[in-house]
Amino acid sequence: MTELRDIWVYLSASPLLHLTLTLAAFVTASALYRRLKMNPLFNPVLLSVIAIVLLLSLTQTSYQTYFEGAQFVHFLLGPATVALAVPLYRQFQQVKKSAAAVLISLICGSIASALSAVLIAWALGASEASLISLAPKSVTAPVAMGISAQLGGLPSLTAVIVILTGIFGAMFGPFILNALGINDWTARGFAMGTASHGIGTARAIQVNEVAGAFSGLAMGLNALATAILLPVMWKLLF
Amino acid sequence: MLEYVTLILACQLVGEVAVNAIGLPVPGPVLGMVLLFIFLSIRGSVPDELSKVSSALLGNLSLMFVPAGVGVMVHFELLGTDAIPLSAAVIGSTVLTIAVTALTMTILKKRFNPTDNEGSQP
Repeated sequence: MTELRDIWVYLSASPLLHLTLTLAAFVTASALYRRLKMNPLFNPVLLSVIAIVLLLSLTQTSYQTYFEGAQFVHFLLGPATVALAVPLYRQFQQVKKSAAAVLISLICGSIASALSAVLIAWALGASEASLISLAPKSVTAPVAMGISAQLGGLPSLTAVIVILTGIFGAMFGPFILNALGINDWTARGFAMGTASHGIGTARAIQVNEVAGAFSGLAMGLNALATAILLPVMWKLLF
Repeated sequence: MLEYVTLILACQLVGEVAVNAIGLPVPGPVLGMVLLFIFLSIRGSVPDELSKVSSALLGNLSLMFVPAGVGVMVHFELLGTDAIPLSAAVIGSTVLTIAVTALTMTILKKRFNPTDNEGSQP
């Protein structure tokens, strides 16, 4: 029995265990997702997150301990974002052709996102700190946290809201787009990236390369647009 | 292959340093994406090996959000007393943002390029 505990103590101190756990959970969730014909409701990010959270709470493992292993996967987000230049380059003729449509929809989407989120939460009685933390919810996490801090919000609350927005958009976005009868892959991808940043892009890229390229483009542009527009809007409104 | 892994990391590194030095409102990796895009535009084509590295990374983009997602579940209590207004806002506003962006783009594309049907296979 003590031997088993020794092994456990050794394993939980090394990053190997939680790195393997992250991959195993994701591989299993992806297999299920593919078996269900990539139904967006069975989002593999959400499924693996739930499985890992359950295991961590059962074994009373702290997030900090978990992250020591998971950081190697987390690190790859940066290089993957850089790699989005490849599909963007391949689809650039299409982007150039619809440049005006892209820029105007970006500004409409960016304003609609912040304004509607703040109005809904305000009508339901959220505190001012919550409203500020919520406003940049559609922007990729590092930029959203920066905007939140600049306006006097809580960056860690913003991070939580940003991830929830990403997962919700990736799960329900395809249904909203179908219901509206949008079958142009450029518009579908661009909407996913504007509303739900990288997590929406991850879904778009699995479905269609054109959608993936436009989603990645939207993610980058919306980070820039919101960082510029939101502080100005905030000053005008409050 | 390794040279393109290095190129991607170098783009990110230059991006991070430039963002910190100039104080740009975008993350380092997004500026890194712009740098790699400039490299591809100058070169005029995507090298095969770079294409492989990029597919390997982007094909597994979902996986990379798992650690941050776990962090969210652990810090759920941060939503605090505002959990209901915040959840309602995330749901309502995300639906609206997707609809507004997709509809604006579809309408404008039809107006600007009425004969263009490329990229519109359902």
